[in-house]
Amino acid sequence: MCLAVPGAITRIIDASTAEVDMLGATRNISLRLVPEARVGDFVLVHAGFGIQIIDPEEARETIELIREMDELVAEELPAPDGATA
Amino acid sequence: MDMRSMDEQTVLLGHGSGGQMMKHLIDDIFFEAFGSPELVVGNDAGVAELPATGRIALSTDSFVVTPQFFPGGDIGRLAVCGTVNDVATSGAHVRYLSCGFILEEGYPLDALRRIVTSMADTAREAGVRIITGDTKVVERGGVDGIYINTAGVGEVPAGVDLSGANCAPGDVIVLSGTLGDHGIAVMGQREGLAFSTDIVSDAAPLNHLIAAVMDAAPHVRCFRDPTRGGIASTLNEFAAASRTVLEVEEQAVPVRPEVRGACEMLGYDVLQVANEGKMVAIVPADEAEAALAAMRSSRYGKHAAIIGTVCELACGTEPYVRVRTPWGSTRVLDMLVGEQLPRIC
Amino acid sequence: MSASPNRMPRTADFAAFRDPDLARELIARINALVADRVIYLMEVCGTHTVSIGRYGFRSVMPEGLHLLSGPGCPVCVTANRDIDRAIALARLDGVIIATFGDMMRVPGSSTSLIAEKAAGRDIRVVYSPLDALDIAAQNPAREVVFISVGFETTTPAMAACVLEAAERGLSNFSLFCANKATPAALRAIEDDPQTRIDGFLLPGHVSTITGAAPYRFLVDEFSTPGVITGFEPVDILAGIEMLARMVISGAPDIKNAYPRGAHREGNTVAQRLCAEVFEPCDALWRGLGELPASGLRLREAYAAFDASRRFDIEVEPTVEPRGCRCGDVLRGRIAPGECPLFDRGCTPEHPIGPCMVSSEGSCAASFRFKDR
Repeated sequence: MCLAVPGAITRIIDASTAEVDMLGATRNISLRLVPEARVGDFVLVHAGFGIQIIDPEEARETIELIREMDELVAEELPAPDGATA
Repeated sequence: MDMRSMDEQTVLLGHGSGGQMMKHLIDDIFFEAFGSPELVVGNDAGVAELPATGRIALSTDSFVVTPQFFPGGDIGRLAVCGTVNDVATSGAHVRYLSCGFILEEGYPLDALRRIVTSMADTAREAGVRIITGDTKVVERGGVDGIYINTAGVGEVPAGVDLSGANCAPGDVIVLSGTLGDHGIAVMGQREGLAFSTDIVSDAAPLNHLIAAVMDAAPHVRCFRDPTRGGIASTLNEFAAASRTVLEVEEQAVPVRPEVRGACEMLGYDVLQVANEGKMVAIVPADEAEAALAAMRSSRYGKHAAIIGTVCELACGTEPYVRVRTPWGSTRVLDMLVGEQLPRIC
Repeated sequence: MSASPNRMPRTADFAAFRDPDLARELIARINALVADRVIYLMEVCGTHTVSIGRYGFRSVMPEGLHLLSGPGCPVCVTANRDIDRAIALARLDGVIIATFGDMMRVPGSSTSLIAEKAAGRDIRVVYSPLDALDIAAQNPAREVVFISVGFETTTPAMAACVLEAAERGLSNFSLFCANKATPAALRAIEDDPQTRIDGFLLPGHVSTITGAAPYRFLVDEFSTPGVITGFEPVDILAGIEMLARMVISGAPDIKNAYPRGAHREGNTVAQRLCAEVFEPCDALWRGLGELPASGLRLREAYAAFDASRRFDIEVEPTVEPRGCRCGDVLRGRIAPGECPLFDRGCTPEHPIGPCMVSSEGSCAASFRFKDR
């Protein structure tokens, strides 16, 4: 499940639609799930929707950790306060 | 709009009736575009010279693609390239084509004219002549606009015997250029998948490229154009025919980034995506560089690459295709099963 | 190839996740780490299954490191009864079915959507559920039913689609909802005494939506570690390495090897939309049976978009394929090759069970990628 690929937002078309570039293949996607996305952001695209903004800085850090350490010191994720959907 | 102009704009059942309307259609559109003397003379069979080598190569193919016009080509260019390339893979000099049209009542004559002109241009480029044809018109809904069948004939030079069965361990796999361009160009036009790329179909006649390779690599084993099913089908067919294992270096396979991007989006394996202007040649190792250079000197082979080798089949195993990844692992490359469907979920 | 410079993607940031040298280094590290230990890891995402196959990783893993494919393909876990219902909807006059491509070939009790399409039903493959909305807008006199399958990654798209249909006043659009939630399946596997799983490669894009909290129970209740893992070669290898390390050290935890795509709290906008449109319900999973609160249905306020409530359908009696052990494969009880039908009657061309149908299915992936 859940094929999602990173795309770069090249144009905001309207409040909930943007054009993304996935290695040169462009498509309009919905921004309803990532309303804060802006031109230049990378978003994960799944089934025509942006589902998360990817942080390139986070990507660089992950690679650094994998390269430099024998163990990736991963971020520990605490339990949230409320239930998730 | 009066009835007369309507008549002139679209294909009608009467255009396939065998009478006056059909004659006008043939004269105005087909003869006008193709213009070969063997065709225009108007006999039921096209009669033409074929040097007496004793052997001919004959191939036929039908074209039903929708949409009929796509970036980089149209159904007419495909119909000529497909058959020219199929005949040429035998090592034959491709000479003549036939073309049969099945038209849907109501199909715009303007679109038909564009398709036929494109066929004529492509045939000219390939150096082949269309010397006979046929037209049928069916009721609306009987076909999706226009279907074209072409057959091609060429003569096979003495001593040439190309076959997938010829592949032998140690041989080298040479590919004439980037994979997946046609499949992705057409896919982007389909309803429900709409995406856009700068990718255009690679549809091209490759008979001159093949001739160049045969000159440069006289012991070439075989050619095949990796159309539907992509190079995965072609290589599996070669492996099965020669009872060998074909090994592909994934990193060596040329793919345009946009095609890679579209494949990732849709969950396709680019090795299974269709091409209409690419050729795979299997050549002995000592002729590989010459074959590569010959491809690269052709206008349709600028991105040609050596992508793999033919390996020995281990005792008691079945032929298959193996892909070697950039990090040293391997996987089996199978043929596409059924229709290519986007893998989203 | 004339893309202007400002349209060219800046992919350099992510290219490192495909770096062959780094991948080779990780493969060497995993082999040194695992040595001759026997470890069973399960990936619970179909895209992981396909990626592991495409990257050929099984051919370079230590002999004792087993990568099992869990119930992560939404098509494979869809119950036969639900497939039959989708087919019954397709047979209604005036209905257009829109579906993801993978659903097309799955056999129901007696037929499949692709066979129904060949028989003349109007069934269309779309990339996005939004494309189904457009079909509905273009065909106001027809009913458009989207066959909605998927896990947490896909559910928000469906929720957004329902809201958009409501906003656009598309009264001829509805969902046939067979969406499912991943944690219930993980629990069912952990509860199964016949299954040994030492650690889970957790689905990166499900976690993009949910965050890590829903997996906490793996550690708290079962002491099983999990690593949220991305999908590039380096992502998957790093996930495997972290997981193997926790298994070996006996210090289970839920870690995140995909922080660029799966943030701490998940996507809260998406979570809110899902909660607005859907409510949990019990759901039947192929192979796992009925799992409490593992499915989703449309809330009463959106009943108008629920195909199940909207159409009266006659569903054929459910017939399970004989001899098929997809259920045991999905639970990790057996490997695909251990099913008596694998490659002996059940092949991607003639699938008997759903795991052989979807390209994400563990049997199809095993058939395609296994190094023979």
